Formats: sequence, C-alpha cells, structure tokens
Amino acid sequence: MADVTAVLDLRRLVGRWSLRAAGHTGRFSFFVADMFRGLGEWRTYLPRTFEQAIAIGYGSLFIVLLIAGFAGGVTALQTGYQFTGAYPLYIAGGVISESVVLELGPVLTALILAGRIGARYAAELGTMRVTEQIDALESLGRSPMSHLILPRCLAGLITIPALVMFANLIGFLVGWYAAKQSLGITNADFEYGARYFFKSFDLWYSAIKAIFFAAAVTVIPCYIGFNTQQGGEGVGKATTQAVVSASVIVLLLDLILAQVLLK
Amino acid sequence: MIELKQVSKRFLDNVVLDHVDFVVRQGETVALLGPSGVGKSVLLKHIIGLIKPDTGDVIVDGLSVPHLKRQELAELRRKIGYVFQNGALFDSDTVYENIRLGITDETCYSDDGYCADRVKECLRLVNLQPEVGNKYPAELSGGMRKRVGIARAIAGKPTYLLYDEPTSGLDPVNADVIDGLIERLQQELGVTSVVVSHDVRGSFRVADRVALLWQARIRAVGTPEEILQSKDPAVQQFLERDLEMAVIQAESAVPETTQHAPRTGGGAGGGVG
Repeated sequence: MADVTAVLDLRRLVGRWSLRAAGHTGRFSFFVADMFRGLGEWRTYLPRTFEQAIAIGYGSLFIVLLIAGFAGGVTALQTGYQFTGAYPLYIAGGVISESVVLELGPVLTALILAGRIGARYAAELGTMRVTEQIDALESLGRSPMSHLILPRCLAGLITIPALVMFANLIGFLVGWYAAKQSLGITNADFEYGARYFFKSFDLWYSAIKAIFFAAAVTVIPCYIGFNTQQGGEGVGKATTQAVVSASVIVLLLDLILAQVLLK
Repeated sequence: MIELKQVSKRFLDNVVLDHVDFVVRQGETVALLGPSGVGKSVLLKHIIGLIKPDTGDVIVDGLSVPHLKRQELAELRRKIGYVFQNGALFDSDTVYENIRLGITDETCYSDDGYCADRVKECLRLVNLQPEVGNKYPAELSGGMRKRVGIARAIAGKPTYLLYDEPTSGLDPVNADVIDGLIERLQQELGVTSVVVSHDVRGSFRVADRVALLWQARIRAVGTPEEILQSKDPAVQQFLERDLEMAVIQAESAVPETTQHAPRTGGGAGGGVG
C-alpha cells in the first residue's frame, strides 16, 4: 500500500513539474516573441538602452577586471605547479592565454554578471510588477517591452561582450606577469607559447560565447522579474531564482557551445 | 459607455467575479463599493484589459476589450485614465516625467513645449505646485503621490477615468481632498468615471450611482439615496461596518475632522448615520 502511495506521489510530482516547465516554456516563448515585436519602437528603447549600458557597463567594469586578473594569476601559478620540469616553459604561455580566452574570461565574467546584473534586473522589474508600475505603463497604452525589457537586454548585449574582451586582456596580462614572477619564464618564451597555440578563431569563439551568455544573463532575469508575484517575498524569490537560473544556463550554454563550435 | 456582461473570473479555486453585469453610462460617475479583497480592483482591471475574463464580455466604447488586438487595446487604453491604488509612480523618473508619460498622443509627447504646459496644467488641476514636477516619487507624501497618479491619468485627456481606491491609506483630511478633486475633475473634464472604494461616505459624495460588489456578484445598484434605503441585509451590513470605521477614524483624528465637517456631515454621510 505504501509503495502504491509513493508511486502516485512521484507521478503527481513529475506531473506538476512537467506542467510548470511547459507553462514556463510557453510564457518564455511569448515573452521573447514580444521582445522581437517591440524592436520596431526604437525611438523609445534606444535612449534608455544607452542609459542602461552606461550603468551596467561602467558599474561592472571594476569587479569584472578584478576577477579576470585573479583568474589569470591563479592560472599561471597552477600551470607552474603542474608543468614545471615536465614540459618546456613556453607551453605555459599557451596554456594561460588559451585558458583565459576560451574559458575563464567569458565564463567568469558571465557568472559575475549573472549575480550583479541578473539580480538587479529581476529585483527592479519584480518591484515594478508588485507595485503595479508595469500595469501602469500598460494602462497608458505603452509597451513594457520597449520601455523596460529591450533597453535592459540590448544594453547587456552591447556591454557584456565588451566586458569579456577587457577581462580576456587583463587575465592574459596578469597571467603573463604572474608566470614571469613565479616560473621565471622570459617574455620571448611566453610570447612564443601564446602565439604557437593561438588561433584567431579563439577570439571569435570567446566573443560568440559572450553574446550567448549576455542573452542568458539579461533575458532570463528580465523574464523572471517581469512575472514576479506575491509582493516583497516574491521579489526576493524572483531575484534568487534569476541568479541561479542565469548561472545554470550560462554553464549549460558553455557546454553546448564547446561541443558545437570546438569540433 | 462601459458594460460588463456576465463576467466571471477565478484565480485557482477562488471565484472572484461570478456572472457580473455592470453598466456605466456616458458622463456619469459610478462608485463600486465592497469589502476589501472582494474583487473590485479585479473588475476595474477587466475594463482596461489588464485582466481577461474567464467568461463573459467587457465592452468599452462599443469595443469588446478581451477580443482586441494588441494595437487596438493600446489605442483604447489611451482613452482611459487609470488611477492606481498606491499611485504606481515610476520610482526612477521625476514627477514631471511620470505625468509626461500619461500624454498618450505620440505627437504631443514628442513636443517638449506642449508637455511642459500640459504637465503644469495637470499639476494645477490636482492642486500641486509646478515645482513638485522636479521631485521624485520617494520625496512625496502618500496624498501627493495619489494626486500625481491622478495628474498622470488625466494628462492624456481621457474619456474614461478609473480610480482604484483613491482614498485608501489616507487620513480623513487628505481623503476629503481627493474626493473633492474627483468631484471637481468630473465637473471640469466631464469624463465617465468608475471609483472603486470601500469608503461609503466618500463614494456617496462623488458618485451619481453606487454599486455594491458582494461575494463575487453585484448585490445592489442605485443612486446613493436608493442604496441607503435598501433593505438588503448585505447592503445594510456593509454600510453599518463602514459607519463603525468612520467613528474610529473620527476619534483618532478629532482636530482634522472638526475642521473638515463636510466629510461626515454631507447628505449621504448623514443618511448613513
């Protein structure tokens, strides 16, 4: 009897979860379709996009560069720890530059921004939803997409790839400096190693990843914030959910893009 | 004209509106009364298309609101001013920008000179100084926020004005000011209005007709006098409960209420007593 109840409970749980997932998929599809429909209203969203881009780009620059610097430095130290004596030193140049450009720069930046920008967007939009500001906008015959969502998402799509490129540069330079200090590698050896392993596609790969990650860390929190319910508690839940969902999607996209683009 | 025909709405197991019929004729002010949480705001949101009914139809200006396309709905909404319960002002914009967003004609909205004049005019209509335009919503009192909300709602020169609890959370003095404002706007602008409230005296002061929403249905509709004379136990119970609240409010705000006698001494209010 207990077994039957457990099976029924499990079926109910799976059923509920599937319904919720289907509901979210449908709503998210409509949300994205609405965003595309709103693209025609450029007079409304363009000025707001620049305001948002300055706010999130300039505001995130310091933390992104700091994290990238640490990542580059740690990569250099770990490369030294693992490779010294076993491989020629110039390989460190290739390992550090490739690690930073292919993985650490885009992924760490996206994860930081999922927290910083994602939380901000979800909380802002969630608060606007529960205080009826979004309803007020709609009641005035104005589109929340062009006033609120598009400026935020486009600002992310502009600034995040740029931030990733800055992160790559700083990660590479700090990694170089740390390798010189800890491994005693010469500039010529480091440069040789970096050039030996570098392909111009690597930078494109980094940029493509950054664009996908930018979409994830802006659109998902905007969707979650936009659909917030149940007052202040709902805003808190939405903010947490936005950061976790955006971070998981970033890691998932990282895996998929590596599989698709690095064949 | 606004017409709700057999409108039903439920949220999960909670039936909020059950086959509601409700009519507001052109140029009149109808107050929709009812206890908190009964679904008055939900009904109001049906009129502007923020909520779609499960069954039934909502007709505004001869158009079926639930069946309008996105663009048609946006155009209809430009004829309707909606005053939200807590103002729903945009936090990150100044009062000026908030009211400017209410100018729904895009040509006028793009004209800075027109906007400056219109915002000033709207602030005057709600008894606020032009300097308030430079402030942010966080710098305003509750009463001022409501008035800015009204100014935003009238900025687009609407044909219909919907007020969602315009006096809730205000002390009797400020509530009286808002009621006076609704009355004056009705006279000056000649708009068709729906005022959702649980404040009986304020509603009786501003409304041509009053409707009582009770247990998901419209229980009574009529002029304030007709409602006062109603023998319906639900109507009487609601009016008595409001009277008790009025006594509590009056006791807690003696200096103000003595200065603003009309709020409790008007025809409708007197009738309730």
